[in-house]
Amino acid sequence: MISTESRGLVLDEKLLFEQSQPGRIGYSIAALDVPAVLPESKLLRDDISGFPELSEVDVVRHYTRLSTWNYGVDSGFYPLGSCTMKYNPKVNEAAARLPGFSDLHPHAPDNFSQGALELMYNLQCDLGEVSGFPAMTLQPAAGAQGEFAGMLMIRAWQEAKGEKRNKVIIPDTAHGTNPASAALCGYEVITVPSDGVLSKEAVAAVMDDDVAALMVTNPNTLGLFEADIREICDLVHERGGLVYSDGANLNALMGISRPGDLGIDVMHFNLHKTFSTPHGGGGPGSGPVGVVEKLKPFLPVPFVVQDGDGYKLEYNCPQSIGRMKSFFGHFSILVRAYSYILSMGGTGLKQATELAVLNANYIRARLEGEFDLPYKQRSLHEVVFSEDGLHNDCHTLDVAKRLIDYGYHPPTIYFPLVVHGALMIEPTETESRQSIDEFCDAMLAIAAEAKNSPELLKQAPVRAKVKRLDEATAARKPKLRWNS
Amino acid sequence: MRYLPHTDVEIQQMLDTIGVSSIEELFSGVPEECRLKRPLDLPVGKSESELLGFLRELSLKNITVSTCDSFLGGGAYNHFIPAVVDHLVSRSEFYTAYTPYQPEISQGTLQAIFEFQTLICQLTGMDVANASMYDGASACAEAVLLTVRAGKKRKKVLLSETLPPQYRETVATYCRYLDIELIIIAHANGVTDTAKLQTLLDDQVAAVVVGYPNYFGQVEDLAAIAELTHAVGARLVATVAEPLSLALFKSPGELGADVVVGEGQSFGIPMSYGGPGIGFFAVRKKDMRVLPGRLVGETVDQDGKRGFVLTLATREQHIRREKATSNICSNQGMCILMVSIYLALHGKQGLRSLAELNYAKAAYAKEKIGQLDGFEIAFSGESFNEFVVTCPESPTVLRQRLEQQGILAGIDLVKDYSALENGLLVCVTEQNNREQIDRLTDALAGGDL
Amino acid sequence: MDFPEELKYTEEHEWIMVEGDIATIGITDFAQDQLGDIVFVELPEVGDTLEAGKNLGVVESVKAVSDVYSPLSGEVVEVNEELPDEPETLNNSPYESGWMIKLKVSDMSGLDSLLDVSAYQEFIEND
Repeated sequence: MISTESRGLVLDEKLLFEQSQPGRIGYSIAALDVPAVLPESKLLRDDISGFPELSEVDVVRHYTRLSTWNYGVDSGFYPLGSCTMKYNPKVNEAAARLPGFSDLHPHAPDNFSQGALELMYNLQCDLGEVSGFPAMTLQPAAGAQGEFAGMLMIRAWQEAKGEKRNKVIIPDTAHGTNPASAALCGYEVITVPSDGVLSKEAVAAVMDDDVAALMVTNPNTLGLFEADIREICDLVHERGGLVYSDGANLNALMGISRPGDLGIDVMHFNLHKTFSTPHGGGGPGSGPVGVVEKLKPFLPVPFVVQDGDGYKLEYNCPQSIGRMKSFFGHFSILVRAYSYILSMGGTGLKQATELAVLNANYIRARLEGEFDLPYKQRSLHEVVFSEDGLHNDCHTLDVAKRLIDYGYHPPTIYFPLVVHGALMIEPTETESRQSIDEFCDAMLAIAAEAKNSPELLKQAPVRAKVKRLDEATAARKPKLRWNS
Repeated sequence: MRYLPHTDVEIQQMLDTIGVSSIEELFSGVPEECRLKRPLDLPVGKSESELLGFLRELSLKNITVSTCDSFLGGGAYNHFIPAVVDHLVSRSEFYTAYTPYQPEISQGTLQAIFEFQTLICQLTGMDVANASMYDGASACAEAVLLTVRAGKKRKKVLLSETLPPQYRETVATYCRYLDIELIIIAHANGVTDTAKLQTLLDDQVAAVVVGYPNYFGQVEDLAAIAELTHAVGARLVATVAEPLSLALFKSPGELGADVVVGEGQSFGIPMSYGGPGIGFFAVRKKDMRVLPGRLVGETVDQDGKRGFVLTLATREQHIRREKATSNICSNQGMCILMVSIYLALHGKQGLRSLAELNYAKAAYAKEKIGQLDGFEIAFSGESFNEFVVTCPESPTVLRQRLEQQGILAGIDLVKDYSALENGLLVCVTEQNNREQIDRLTDALAGGDL
Repeated sequence: MDFPEELKYTEEHEWIMVEGDIATIGITDFAQDQLGDIVFVELPEVGDTLEAGKNLGVVESVKAVSDVYSPLSGEVVEVNEELPDEPETLNNSPYESGWMIKLKVSDMSGLDSLLDVSAYQEFIEND
């Protein structure tokens, strides 16, 4: 049932600092059981100026109210393309909070950390089985850091062979992190055009002895499987290059195809996409990286290995690219991902992929007549429409904002750049047919509104906490903190 | 499977609408030679009760700060977390949301980040803070990159030897293939050697990076280092691994730092075997546009009502691609909440009291251990809640002996600081009561309990 | 959209007004319209030497960045100091208050490669 009529209670809430009352407290601290001493006074700071003073109730109400202005996967359908906003199972949260995990200190010796090491070792093996890579690091903090680690390994491998290559090929449909990560490794970025999918010819035209690697996303950001991937990998390998795969869209491939079997040399995972760990309003992510055997000596240190009947952290790895961050990765996120894999099992993971693809194709079938579909090849886990065909000068942004009034999170918009006014929809497998039907009904209703009453789109959203915000003023006169 | 809602009937209806006869047909775009021709070799899925039982058992193989006496610090700190923190971050409107790219339905996340940015500015004494980085070490590496970017043609960066080793190693990884020369400044008596620093400074230096407090827990003379650094036109990066110290000691901003980065785990984030934590990153106004990472700004909506948006996004990878100020594409959203809730609860007074408590406990332990035969406190300067002990025997052996007694005595410095003879880094927080500290000193003295 | 007759143009959507050996440079009405609300402008400093085809500055909107290239070689003799504080001027008055820099042109032969108004309009229509 589509309705933009019903109402909820949306209340204002001041900033923490605006609610502060001198002398109010929200903490309790154990009594001093040792002699009181202070450092010499010239080192001491004054009051932290402007710092809030609140009671526990103030703080609880503040954040509870803030939460009601947000929209999460638990609030409703969140078809954000390329972000794989699947349901975040609650048992994963319980698992991550087990005190044996959450209270473990990272400097605890290996004999105190056997449970954590075993979990990490098992996760390495399971991710290896899903992806086809024999070696793995769990250290990268997020997908972008995984890309960076992967590209560093490529460069280290080539330099160890005495080669200096300075260019990386990236298709025009790639996420912005790909070129940014390549640049951090000192590479020059060569952009190749793709016509939906990448062709051998397009790669051959730019592949030369200065090219260190090709970075691809498979399936790509249009939801299309790179059908020539094996031959493209062969071509790059013949000229001494390696192939990096952005694993952002692995949710389309589990149990169907393994990047490690296709000639890909390095791939990062996004545990917060494929393996159901929460996006957290922006993070933390987790970006393990799988590599082929020859890149194993270059993995970041430390990593987990078997040691007799137990496990240990391995630091002795002279060709390693080094360390990406403190400690061993986002461990509590790893716990969640491992918990997910154990819940799903091998069969469940494949089923998740199948249903994610089914859902995306169902949306495509229901909306294709009304929304323009620029790439008509068989697509997998997501579908990308353009804004062409919307009436009365309505644009993608207007459709996105109107969806909010219908109770949905908008799809990814204006990406990939190769599609004019892209609307990129990824439903994931955890949405039922009903929720998808209701979303499609809303999309069709909005297309009709564009024709008949476009002002409804232009004014949208009208039901959210705020209306459209003045982003130009925010950028021209940045106000990035509260001041008294 | 309980997360997959489709019934067989629904699947068939959906296939009919699509116009294909089987799910298999939907994968016709994946060439035959790219297919996996066998099932994934993973166990069958576990029920929720089996799963939790299995994971609980695994977790019990770990010995944690709650099941032994721990004096470990070194970049991860055992502080008490009030129940309110986990209660509030468990609100799934927060943790199941994505990055707040659609501001109208993300005002909760956006206002929380704006408040976080403010709290970090207040603590560090700086003008602008971003919406966080992965952790302290990667924030430190990004700070180095910022100073080189902002320092035009300057390519040298001086790192104090007293920076946490994992921070120095991360900086080295980030700079591996960039044209940046990293030079280590030796320490003297546990703090950055300013005489050595002076000989290393010239007009090619983009930045000097020091810990505050440093890895040895020592409080560096930031003002003196700032003066030397600024004299050659370089930037001072202060790196804070234990930010609770900022409630007690003068802020790096007040002492002249140009960039302040650090790790926020101390503020309400479980240690979780080292991650996730949160990197904070603050600068002076002049460097606002070369900041890495996300920023939230205040603005108004069409009705003139206050609201918040992600802003100055043209610095970032999704717009500037290879010319972006960083490749980072996330922030530690969930950890921002933990930190902000923790700081809001403690407030001005609570944070100061807690910092004083940590200082007093560490001072007590320092004094007691210093009195033991053969043990010495390695450095004479002021420290916060960590300090280095020179042991009469190999700290590796000593540590293992104490492990048998359920005590994690500290971090063995032999590997990272071989010049320090028998150095052990001991950390004491409010979580260590007097009995624990006394047990530690007795055990160090050799007494079996 | 407005394209004054007396100005010269480039395919990178800059306009140039030449008086003696001084060239005043800005971005065209078309460029500002494509970018949308301009929020930030970065300009060179007086005394900088610019080379034709190389970077002159940067113009940013909320969600796009555009490099501005110098159409001519020469030395920067004046920059529009108001612009960084009032970047919206580029939207409101691209040819007058929104001028970006004045360049003392070192090689006048560079003028030959600039477009006149009709050539520029034709370029936009075909692009």
